[in-house]
Amino acid sequence: MSMNTHGRPTGIGTSGSTATSGSALIPDEPLLFEIGDTEHSGVDLPDVKIDDSFLGGFERKTKLDLAGLTEPEAMRHYVRLSRMNHSIDSGMYPLGSCTMKHNPRLNEKMARLPGFSDIHPLQPLSTVQGALELMNQLSHWLLTLTNTSAVALSPKAGAHGELLGMMAIKAAQEAAGQTHRTIVLVPESAHGTNPATAAFLGYTVKPVPAKADGTVDVEAVKAALSPEVAAIMLTNPNTCGLFEPQVIEIAQAVHDAGAFFYCDGANFNAIMGVVRPGDLGIDAMHINLHKTFSTPHGGGGPGAGPVVLSEALAPFAPVPFVRKGEKGLELVEHVEENALGRVTAFHGQMGMYVRALTYMLSHGGDGLAQAAQDAVLNANYIKARLQHIFSVPFPDYPTMHEALFDDSFLRDTGVTTLDFAKALIDEGFHPMTMYFPLVVHGAMLVEPTESESKQTLDRFCDVMAELAADAKSGNATRFTSAPVKAPRRRLDETRAARQPVLKWERSADLPQAAE
Amino acid sequence: MRYLPHSASERAEMLGVIGAADIDALFSAVPKSALKSFDLGLPAHSPEFLVEAHMRALAAKNHAAGDGPFFVGAGAYRHHVPATVDHLIQRSEWLTAYTPYQPEISQGTLQMLFEFQTQVAKITGMDVANASLYDGSTGTAEAVLMAKRLTKKNKVVLSGGLHPHYRDVVKAYLKDDPDLVCLAPSPEGQGDILSQIDGNTAAIVVQTPDFYGHLRDLKAAADAAHAQGALLIVVITEVVSLGLLEAPGALGADIVVCEGQSIGNALNFGGPYLGLMATRKEFIRQMPGRLCGETVDADGNRGFVLTLSTREQHIRREKATSNICTNSGLCALAFSIHMSLLGEAGFTRLARLNHHNAVKLARMLGTVPGVELLNKSFFNEMTIRLPVPAAPVVEMLAQAGVLAGVPVSRLEPGNPEVENLIVLAATELTTHADIEMLAECLHAAIEEDAQ
Repeated sequence: MSMNTHGRPTGIGTSGSTATSGSALIPDEPLLFEIGDTEHSGVDLPDVKIDDSFLGGFERKTKLDLAGLTEPEAMRHYVRLSRMNHSIDSGMYPLGSCTMKHNPRLNEKMARLPGFSDIHPLQPLSTVQGALELMNQLSHWLLTLTNTSAVALSPKAGAHGELLGMMAIKAAQEAAGQTHRTIVLVPESAHGTNPATAAFLGYTVKPVPAKADGTVDVEAVKAALSPEVAAIMLTNPNTCGLFEPQVIEIAQAVHDAGAFFYCDGANFNAIMGVVRPGDLGIDAMHINLHKTFSTPHGGGGPGAGPVVLSEALAPFAPVPFVRKGEKGLELVEHVEENALGRVTAFHGQMGMYVRALTYMLSHGGDGLAQAAQDAVLNANYIKARLQHIFSVPFPDYPTMHEALFDDSFLRDTGVTTLDFAKALIDEGFHPMTMYFPLVVHGAMLVEPTESESKQTLDRFCDVMAELAADAKSGNATRFTSAPVKAPRRRLDETRAARQPVLKWERSADLPQAAE
Repeated sequence: MRYLPHSASERAEMLGVIGAADIDALFSAVPKSALKSFDLGLPAHSPEFLVEAHMRALAAKNHAAGDGPFFVGAGAYRHHVPATVDHLIQRSEWLTAYTPYQPEISQGTLQMLFEFQTQVAKITGMDVANASLYDGSTGTAEAVLMAKRLTKKNKVVLSGGLHPHYRDVVKAYLKDDPDLVCLAPSPEGQGDILSQIDGNTAAIVVQTPDFYGHLRDLKAAADAAHAQGALLIVVITEVVSLGLLEAPGALGADIVVCEGQSIGNALNFGGPYLGLMATRKEFIRQMPGRLCGETVDADGNRGFVLTLSTREQHIRREKATSNICTNSGLCALAFSIHMSLLGEAGFTRLARLNHHNAVKLARMLGTVPGVELLNKSFFNEMTIRLPVPAAPVVEMLAQAGVLAGVPVSRLEPGNPEVENLIVLAATELTTHADIEMLAECLHAAIEEDAQ
């Protein structure tokens, strides 16, 4: 190995360990408990003497054993950790069904105005009229874009919104004496939260098979309908990236059978401003503000999942909601007759309402429609550029906002969908969604969103094509060993599940292995 | 439109590659009657400065907590958040990453969640914690369902000191469950939850400090529950209290749920917040929500992954422990950074300072004629009884710029027993001048009301 004038190795590919166990700009970082200790602190607070007469003898006697960091230590720790993350801002994130679009920073700035961030949910209503007005404006946009009658803003995320929407359906049917309706129809391609939500509420889940073209057959729905069916939970555009062409007929059939149509609005980004779900006959639909309206995903949340409701379900909206009163807007927090009650403390994700409304005002009605059209354009462009190399399971319809491929192009290559996706990491892209929807073998679901330029899409398609060619040429090792350029190689998930280590423990505290 | 990268010519070129005549051709599956068949009547796109002006005008109509004396708590607390926290959580790599499904390029988020789980386990004194839930209220409902799964028993008893919103959320989640017993509100710290426990009881839910500020005896509750094979679920809405009060894990709690907002997160008018959930090691497979675990990569280096996902909806579908998918990742990050900055030394001092200011508040309130303090014990929050209905007094004080706390009637409408009660909190941000002004205004308002 050659050395430079500072005596450091200069050879390429010398993978030996270094003193910091990191290399160049790819950091490696110990746990905070291995850096700090119980005496380090990044805050300056006075050490006051306690009058213990109101503590009832409940003072802490056990040790916290909580490591602290000074401010410079904390800054470095979290900056170094952050650099081990892929993010939208650092590269394309074509994760199907997750809508990883650009998160405008104006949204962040607005959410931090003290008039929004520093107000308490239980302040007198006279002191938060601006917040109520904001909730009302957001409601107006959501109702207009969906052509529906009521909106409950409070659900904390998409699955929470689903739960609330299905609760409203259950409450409406109970109010009508229809307690015999115990079945919920869920297409096989549905996201896992749909059957989980239905089961959570005590419904029996009955799957509806998809047609060979990837859409739901109205005849299959009719065959599954019965007087026991409470609702259908249908995602539209569906998880295969297709708009359900028979959606109006399906809604009609469901309504004719006395059941409700719950629409999973996770894919609303493809149609906002272009198609109003209310015109399709939906009764309830949640909208993921963290997907469609650009509130940041933040490494897995927080989300926000307002639910729009049809006229039939509006009376069953949960508290709280905003309405106009004599002294201005008022927040309705209690309704005597309300069958549903409250699904969260306080009023929901205000911080997300601010961001979503900022996004809506920035785009305007015209910009939202353009964004949806660009999202669809981008997905179709990827499909068009790759369809001769990759295998498209459902070629009959134009795709909506995501392009779906299956793994038949990898047949006999020794490369799996997972391997292929991991190789994308080495090329600087976040992988697409894999193995979902479940109805497609080895599925790869690519959602570029409207935020990607043509230049980026071209580069992505070039890389995809090159990888496919390499896989077919027999270079399986490149894929099975990938990633090699990421902060970590493939991780042993089996070990993590078999011997769960879910928190850090001082090595002295760990049980010693039996000799 | 500043967020959309394509020029008109690029759009045309791309349509050409696709072989579509126009954009509508890509929406051909949409029924004709539904495609662009409407005029939205929404305003057109707008420059950044106009949007900002619009939002600022709305924000200006609100009275921010920092604008004057502030004593509102009742499940959400105004604490100081170090500048470092907000700076760090706005870094692109934290803010604009998704759920860490690709662990090789998500080690930042995953290691942070592992550290977060460790911090939560330590402060609660429990074996394990998950990677966060939506908030404390939904977390409480999830804990109740978890206890029912674990014990295979049905009866659940909610303490009269449980936050009324939390009670309402549990009621909504357990709709029509005849075995759900909600004890009457107990503003004086009364209530006999222990006598409700029987052989069919899955869990009792006890909040401490409770909604009215009283500290509850967890050891006695745990012993009584365990004697009948029931579980003790402890709810904590003011997580700072754990810096001064004994960890519920050390007192026999089986599941601990906290609202974590107080650490690292602003008030935000009620959300986004984060739910903390911790439990015993033997219960992890029935715990809802994401879990991060330690493992090694192909080169033998330590790394972290989401694990035990066979509990979750994307694998188990209708057999999942919960339908929960999203967590509160960024709020958990803020919590974890703030908790790292505090450390044991800072967390303890912060808790003591909160209690110290609350004692000052209690003593000052005791000097206001007609005001009765209901608490014998408290951490940083307490309940007072006025000689007159509380809501108009609170409103009167708000007009004078003092946010005096929460009239209990707002959460328990129509209950005459709580009509005159106010729940007030003090934190490290409460000053002596704030307390003096509150006492003065309260005195004046009661006198005015009495006349």
